[in-house]
Amino acid sequence: MKRPDPNNSKHANDDPALKARNLSKHVSSPEGLLTILDQVSLEVSKGESIAIVGVSGAGKSTLLGLLAGLDVPSEGKVWLGDQELTALDEDGRAALRANSVGFVFQSFHLISSLTALENVMLPLELSGATNAHDAALQAIRTVGLEPRKGHYPHQLSGGEKQRVAIARAFVVGPSVLFADEPTGNLDNRTGENIVDLLFKMNAESGTTLVLVTHDLGLAARCDRILFMDTGRIDRESRGGEDRSPEQMNPAGGESTP
Amino acid sequence: MNPGFKSTLRFSARLLSRDWRAGELTVLVAALLIAVAAMTGVAFLTDRVGQAVEMRAAESLAADLRLASTRPISDDYVALGERAGLNTARIASMPSVVFAGEANTLAAIRAVSDGYPLRGQLKTSPRLLGEVTVSNGIPAPGEAWASPRLMARLGADTGSELEVGSARLKVSRILDFRPDEGWSFVDLAPTLLINQADLKNTELVQPGSRVAYRMLFAGDRGDVDSFKATIDEQLAEGERLSDIKDTNPQIRSSMERAGRFLNLASLVSVLLAAVAVAMAARRYSHRHRDRIALMKCMGASQSMVFQSSFIQLLMLAIEGGLIGVLLGYLAQLGLAWLMRDMIGQSLPSPGMAPGVLGLITALSILAGFALPDLAQMGRTPPLRVLRQDLDPPPLRYGISWLAGVAAVLALLLWIMRDARLVLTIFAGVTMTFLALGATGWLLVKSLRGFRGAAGVAWRYGLANIARRGRESVVQVVAFGLGLMVLLLLSTVRTELMDTWRQSLPDNAPNQFLINIQPHETGPMAAFFRERNLAAPRFVPLVRARMTTINGADVTQMTFEDPQGERWARRDSNLSWSASLQADNRIVEGQIWDENAQVDEVSVEQDFGRELGLSLGDEVGFDIAGEAVSATVSSFRTVEWDSFSPNFFMVFSPGVLEPYPATYITSLYVDESRRDVILDMMRQFPSVTAIDLDAVLGQVRDVMDKAALAVQAVFIFTLLAGLTVLWAAVAATRDERRYESAMLRTFGASKKRVLSGVATEFVAIGLLAGILAAGGATLAGYLLAENLFDLDYGFSPVLWLAGPLLGVVFVGLSGMAATWRVITNAPVSVLRTA
Ligand SMILES: Nc1ncnc2c1ncn2[C@@H]1O[C@H](COP(=O)(O)OP(=O)(O)OP(=O)(O)O)[C@@H](O)[C@H]1O
Ligand SMILES: [Mg+2]
Repeated sequence: MKRPDPNNSKHANDDPALKARNLSKHVSSPEGLLTILDQVSLEVSKGESIAIVGVSGAGKSTLLGLLAGLDVPSEGKVWLGDQELTALDEDGRAALRANSVGFVFQSFHLISSLTALENVMLPLELSGATNAHDAALQAIRTVGLEPRKGHYPHQLSGGEKQRVAIARAFVVGPSVLFADEPTGNLDNRTGENIVDLLFKMNAESGTTLVLVTHDLGLAARCDRILFMDTGRIDRESRGGEDRSPEQMNPAGGESTP
Repeated sequence: MNPGFKSTLRFSARLLSRDWRAGELTVLVAALLIAVAAMTGVAFLTDRVGQAVEMRAAESLAADLRLASTRPISDDYVALGERAGLNTARIASMPSVVFAGEANTLAAIRAVSDGYPLRGQLKTSPRLLGEVTVSNGIPAPGEAWASPRLMARLGADTGSELEVGSARLKVSRILDFRPDEGWSFVDLAPTLLINQADLKNTELVQPGSRVAYRMLFAGDRGDVDSFKATIDEQLAEGERLSDIKDTNPQIRSSMERAGRFLNLASLVSVLLAAVAVAMAARRYSHRHRDRIALMKCMGASQSMVFQSSFIQLLMLAIEGGLIGVLLGYLAQLGLAWLMRDMIGQSLPSPGMAPGVLGLITALSILAGFALPDLAQMGRTPPLRVLRQDLDPPPLRYGISWLAGVAAVLALLLWIMRDARLVLTIFAGVTMTFLALGATGWLLVKSLRGFRGAAGVAWRYGLANIARRGRESVVQVVAFGLGLMVLLLLSTVRTELMDTWRQSLPDNAPNQFLINIQPHETGPMAAFFRERNLAAPRFVPLVRARMTTINGADVTQMTFEDPQGERWARRDSNLSWSASLQADNRIVEGQIWDENAQVDEVSVEQDFGRELGLSLGDEVGFDIAGEAVSATVSSFRTVEWDSFSPNFFMVFSPGVLEPYPATYITSLYVDESRRDVILDMMRQFPSVTAIDLDAVLGQVRDVMDKAALAVQAVFIFTLLAGLTVLWAAVAATRDERRYESAMLRTFGASKKRVLSGVATEFVAIGLLAGILAAGGATLAGYLLAENLFDLDYGFSPVLWLAGPLLGVVFVGLSGMAATWRVITNAPVSVLRTA
């Protein structure tokens, strides 16, 4: 449902792409029950990009895993679009991911026995798409790797691998893209190129982006930054640096400060 | 949304072919192919060789099936046989004195019809000691073919006329060989082969004359089998049916041994290949945890992942199965070509059954050994994409492998139909596995003690083995198993085969002398000694009729085994001996000692079983009108193919001595000294000499064929052993490569890493080599003693070759695998996908 109000059409808070309420995660450890995520709530609007930052061990990946439905919370609920993820079983969550979620990881996670092109084809083939090859080729082209489409992961540099991963993430046209430290294994310059590509493709396809990083510079390019510490979101600030004025969060009283 | 089955199918096929292209499946597929090819190759081959051997054996019947009767055999049987698609021929034989002028002697007249012999060939020569050629056909009416012994006794040769009953027949050829010569005590007199058409003229067939009638049948195996089944039920009183299984125990016993060798080879190949499949599958699925987590992360459901794994395995099984069957078929073609001279006739092409078998083999091995691992990988949590340390719940190998083992075991039992062999081998392999595992574990543990003792590289290498614990044990066991097979094949195999062949040496007795009177034994020994031949051992023989078992009249008894009934109705040949003959072995009970007072009898195992005898039974005999009895005190196995005189029943000394006995003996007389036998027959006219060369030739032929086939089939075993080694190297490599790269990154010098790795592999190789030597020694001993009834000599070479091979092979292959890591920059390995 879209509101006719043109000012608010982009980030409509009452129609979020992703919503979490009071998420907690406890794990058992030798010292007893450990709370690694503590009552986290958040909302991400369609098309919005948010960054989750924090020191190592703050619980960023844990949160990401819960938001993407890769894991189940000890308490709380998660909605992806209008579907309550936490009400679904593992297969239900997987089915939902198949249609609306893309991932980019720190350690690329390409399949070593598949070529670059085949890696991009994988999610399409998994969902039984018929035009997997053409669509994947188009995606590979978009990330500028057409000449290397037949290469295996071990023949590609880290940056190239991550570009393949980005192509793979976008090829299914996800509504939400999760990225966990996408530049963590890359040098600064390559990292920046990758981030540029990520934002470019994000903008072009209007995807909602959830980005985990400890790079504040990178975080600043997102619409919003959530700061995490010891399992809680203790601060939130607005990013939007490096963006054209139109893309900056337009003035609107409903946005968080 | 998950896609439909069809697209899952397509997806799985694509993944599979990409994995294949990337080399992920090589070891797995190789192991699978070897298992299937070994199974089908042997099945095809045993089928064909079995047929060849049976044909050869059939020659000693001159037919596939023989009906014997004391009365003329009705023409109905001819009609029945022809309707079943079989060829038929008739034999009527009777003893009769034949005359050549003044000279006369007893001959076994055999009147045969056209077509005789249905199996095998007659060999004749134009005159005594003339050139022997194969004859097709039988003597023309009015003519006769006489055996050399008959001519020698009559002092005649071809061209002479013989009076046979009231007919006069011209000897046209010397009958040097007929395939059904055999050496039963019935055919004592030398043969005169005549045409059936002359039988009437001889007027030998009179009421009361002792004529034995035989009808021969031959044809395709299936036809013969069904024909046999039908007429078995309609046999009249006095008619008896025999097939090749009832013929020479010598040939049967070497056939059985050959079959066991063949089955053994294929069985071990299949089991080994299954081990390799299991190892390769383990490695394959471990490498694919990340992929599965990723697929789930991308929305694949649990069932889709499982389906996909299952489909991939099924495809592997079908493709691997088909190619394996093809390989097995080709291998078998090659083998048949190798043996073309020995097989002689062209064989009917093998049936389709082994092909189906191959597919089933592939399916059950993969289902048993690869599916559990792969299915378990399907449980990898998707969160693994974020947390690398998340693994699927550990597989209960005990349970899942048990299922696999059970599947393969059932398959093997079903195919081989030899429960004793399969279970023995299986128990052997399992014990080997457990023993290797336990010993490997102890050895690995004991390495901990070394830690402080040596230099840095040593310490690092040895500590690594101990640290990896379970993985190290798996590797030591796998390498040990592979090496053990190599050792077994290179030493024990040849020893076993040699022992087997030596059981029938070139100078195996080829002359059997019977009917030797007690007073003739001394002069005869002297006779042979004068001619520089070793004096043979004379064995007493007493003819008797079995009357009672435990006091019950045998003629009134019912026997479970029809063969037992035949034995009981027939005259028995008894012997006595103070001690056990060299080629006999007690399997139950005990042989008497020298001064025992009890009357005991030692019974051949199969014979005893057929008669339903057990230890302590009292067996009674009628010897020349007197009752004699003895207690069964032991059961023996007999190597019939040793060609020494042997008896079903041997008595302790003192029981049979009072009764009239003749002696028999066997000896080897070289081809060039055949005249000695002719001389002997002149000096001891009542003694009968039986020429065993024909039977010996048949047995040798069977052995040679089988030996070649067995050697060829062992190639599969060798390949399976190598695949196990290969799988072990592959499993080793993944881990070591990464570790070595890490060490390099942390600044360890090339030399340091290399000597660490070298130490590790050399130590593993040494441990594996020691295990292999021990295993091979034990396995060789058990195989020889339990399965093949051969004596096995201890071989010290194993203990040298095993560790040496282990150190060299494992050391080199391990270092080769890590070499690239050590020499190249470490990043290339550390770079993740
Ligand atoms: N299953 C688990 N069992 C025990 N501890 C866990 C588990 N999962 C996460 N943790 C702990 O929870 C904390 C948060 O982990 P998480 O991976 O979310 O951190 P992060 O913010 O992503 O850190 P980094 O920046 O290093 O990736 C860590 O201290 C981690 O050790
Ligand atoms: Mg993290």
